[in-house]
Amino acid sequence: MSPSPRIILDEKQLDIIIHRLCRQLIETHYQFQNSVIIGLQPRGVYLARRIHKQLSEITGNKHIPYGDLDVTFYRDDFRKRDLVPNKTNIDFIIEDKNVVLIDDVLFTGRTIRAGLDAMMAFGRPADVELVVLIDRRFSRNLPIQAKYIGRTIDSVASEKVKVDWKETESEDRVWLLTND
Amino acid sequence: MTRLSTKHLLGIKDITVDDIELIFSTAENFKEVINRPIKKVPSLRDITIANLFFENSTRTKLSFELAEKRLSADVINFSASGSSVKKGETLIDTVNNILAMKVDMVVMRHANPGAALFLSKHVDAKIINAGDGAHEHPTQALLDAFSIREKLGSLKGKKVAIIGDILHSRVALSNILCMKKLGAEVMVCGPTTLMPKHISELGVEVEFDLRKALEWCDVANMLRIQLERQEIKYFPTLREYTMQYGLDKKLLDSLNKKILILHPGPINRGVEITSDVADSDQSIILEQVENGVAVRMAVLYLLAGRSEN
Repeated sequence: MSPSPRIILDEKQLDIIIHRLCRQLIETHYQFQNSVIIGLQPRGVYLARRIHKQLSEITGNKHIPYGDLDVTFYRDDFRKRDLVPNKTNIDFIIEDKNVVLIDDVLFTGRTIRAGLDAMMAFGRPADVELVVLIDRRFSRNLPIQAKYIGRTIDSVASEKVKVDWKETESEDRVWLLTND
Repeated sequence: MTRLSTKHLLGIKDITVDDIELIFSTAENFKEVINRPIKKVPSLRDITIANLFFENSTRTKLSFELAEKRLSADVINFSASGSSVKKGETLIDTVNNILAMKVDMVVMRHANPGAALFLSKHVDAKIINAGDGAHEHPTQALLDAFSIREKLGSLKGKKVAIIGDILHSRVALSNILCMKKLGAEVMVCGPTTLMPKHISELGVEVEFDLRKALEWCDVANMLRIQLERQEIKYFPTLREYTMQYGLDKKLLDSLNKKILILHPGPINRGVEITSDVADSDQSIILEQVENGVAVRMAVLYLLAGRSEN
């Protein structure tokens, strides 16, 4: 058994991965003329903002629309636990846009399901692609997969993946925690 | 703080400052929701809510109903006129019959003070008090405080004057409790006949001169003269009341500062405030109405979502 908690990605690795994800996105979206970026609250927004910033720098397009989306009111585990909403801040309509949806960890897929529903309040997108930093393989409850993946990991349900960001935890890194 | 400390919303008296802050932060999220192209979220899609209005209401009823529908709840409406209440059915029987149809929450307005509390002790549903006699009207106080906070940043240290018919007003009591909990200083102002005895024991200042109250305050909440509740004459004529306690533009402009004007509605234009005051840029009466939906959505959401474990 490896010791817990364990760092599975450090700052350097994270930086390389984010850079790679940006390049992959540019391959599909080119100059982002008809694309928008949406980060999922509460933890996906840090990754999404980084990606958005890097994309602006690489493509030179300073006007790529960016928004934070909170999915609390669309969740299916409402009443199973107390859920506190975060801010949604989307000041554009996503009608006929190519949406890049970004979250930190893909686990059961339920947050993304709620995110897809929540997004529809802002219009009918042309298509939606999912970007995640960590894909916890074999743990899905719903048929949802990411198109762009930072790192795929194998983990059991009792484990937890925690992503730290400079903005909130003063350092970039990804932890694998074992609950016991 | 992720949940309310209480199962029902019966009055401001029973909730904590943390509860109020939680309701406000949730209401901010709902305010964003109701300004979207699609104003509806599916949070309460498996919840049925009965609106029981044993007393007339336009604004509160519409506001609650809209809040419920924006949260995707199923809604049934009941008003006392044209119901079995007229045939002599008791309150508990009426409500239990409605609950037998599998209703999860009850929003109730009733003429008797304490009706909501009484109901909460006898039926198995979450109760929201939408006004019980001259006792409390908690969601009104919450939306008033939310609206003031939105304009002034915080209630702490602010001076709020509640002016008019204090005696018959449930809005007054809920407002006093709410504003004080949030750290504001409160003054009540009105004719001596419409001032409840011992009201200063609530920790409020009492003033009988409208101009002095206005000069003191940052926010004036103008209450409606509730003629329907006044069985006896409390002042000689409406005209005399207006002369003494009506707020007009001339008086408002003569103050050496800009105060906020609130009114819980419905306005008697030309009685407690004149049209040019109600429609002035200092009045936030319509913001109160918009915020009312957001605040009620927050209350419904937080009570319905409160997990029992």
